[in-house]
Amino acid sequence: MNVADVQEAITQAHREEWARVVATMAKRFGDLDIAEEAAAEAFATAVERWPADGVPPNPGAWLTTTAGRKAIDRIRRESRRDDKQKEAQMLYDDDPPEPLGAIDDERLRLVFTCCHPALAMESRVALTLRMVGGLTVAEIARAFLVQESAMGQRITRAKAKIKGARIPYRVPSAEDLPARVSGVLAVLFLVFNEGYLATGSDTDPVRHDLTAEAIRLTRLIRALIPRDGEVAGLLALMLLIEARRAARVSPSGELITLDEQDRAAWDATLVAEGHRLVRERLAAGEAPGRYQILAAINAVHTSARDARDTDWSQVVALYDQLVRLDPSPIVALNRAVAVAELDGPEVALAAVDRLADKLADYHAYHATRADLLRRLGRGEQSRAAYDRAIELAGNTAEIASLTRRRDHL
Amino acid sequence: MQYMVSVVDDKTNSATPDEMTAINAFNDRVKAEGHWVFAGGLNSPATATVIDNRGGDALFTDGPFVETKEYLAGFWVFEAPDLDVALKLAAEGSKACNRRVEVRPFL
Repeated sequence: MNVADVQEAITQAHREEWARVVATMAKRFGDLDIAEEAAAEAFATAVERWPADGVPPNPGAWLTTTAGRKAIDRIRRESRRDDKQKEAQMLYDDDPPEPLGAIDDERLRLVFTCCHPALAMESRVALTLRMVGGLTVAEIARAFLVQESAMGQRITRAKAKIKGARIPYRVPSAEDLPARVSGVLAVLFLVFNEGYLATGSDTDPVRHDLTAEAIRLTRLIRALIPRDGEVAGLLALMLLIEARRAARVSPSGELITLDEQDRAAWDATLVAEGHRLVRERLAAGEAPGRYQILAAINAVHTSARDARDTDWSQVVALYDQLVRLDPSPIVALNRAVAVAELDGPEVALAAVDRLADKLADYHAYHATRADLLRRLGRGEQSRAAYDRAIELAGNTAEIASLTRRRDHL
Repeated sequence: MQYMVSVVDDKTNSATPDEMTAINAFNDRVKAEGHWVFAGGLNSPATATVIDNRGGDALFTDGPFVETKEYLAGFWVFEAPDLDVALKLAAEGSKACNRRVEVRPFL
């Protein structure tokens, strides 16, 4: 086996085994800190040894055994495991989870612990990417544009809270499960969105590393909770957005809106997988949640060969369904965009203007108004709205696109 | 494991009769379920005295150690196996007393 093959084997093992190794260590030693460090050391040992010794026949088992030894070494080295510390051990609930269709996988406990509602959202995101995703602290810091030391502190603080407040290491009860799963999905969607519409003037407009990681983790959750409709919905939604990645930004770094995208550049495999998931959820015949509806809307868009073939009445009907679940002004704004195609820009503008109080500081509100005003031939008002949208937008590609549209008025 | 659940308020002894009924019912249940350690309401911060005897010469200062609009108006101490249980109890407590509460684990 040559160097490149060993390197590939290590990368693959990291991708496939990291979360399992951390989770197994967390169960065994009742401490996330020890689990994380032991897993990191096991992978470092693999990098050192596999090129000389060869890749073991079962890399996962090798890594788990090695991590276990590293953890015991550390505990012996510190040898300060007095009663107090034992007491502070993370609580491990030995009861098998109730039969929810969920696999009793250690990784699931890890995910629910990292996404616990008592942790701040930014801590949940960081902890999930570190413990479940296996990203380094430096990588996570880069992804969210903070100093590595600050990100390290955030993760350390979160681990200290888990330990000090005794956030349990378990799959939530059936009663709490839907809310807790939805908390996990919110974390994954946030990671995805940060990749999909990255903020900051120095970053790439689309951060493929983040969207890919979010999709990978959502696939993992789906494998662990296969019967949850919202998990399937979120995965479908991400896939259908990711499928359009190559067509979304022009070579000059400008965001291309859906109607102007080269649909031949969409990733047909991802579109097909997204559509398959949406059909699976439709066939299930259960009332869809937010992500499933959003996925269905994206399925309608990606089913049209040309933007003009879009079934807008279907899109508006889905938004109506979404408004009933989530009456937020942002959903109402997106619905208005679809209404413009179905009932014309004047009707849509009236709906958008009703949101003025709530969305005055939201760039998409002004961008939407600007487009509608332009279509209605009200150039001056349109220009003012574009100006405001450009002021508020954080994504470089989006700013470029808004600027072009304004300058073409 | 014990958790302190602090009740946040900007008034003292301000529970309405309905709230008192709900609090008593909640307390009875907490006792029956074995989570009860202690609970109490506190008089207003204006009745507090700060004592500094670090130098061996006790200094008394009228008032709370920090003036805030909202303050600790009362608290529960619960026995609970983990934070999930403590959060559930705290959520029910918040509903019963109709105030915001804060949960903190003991060391």
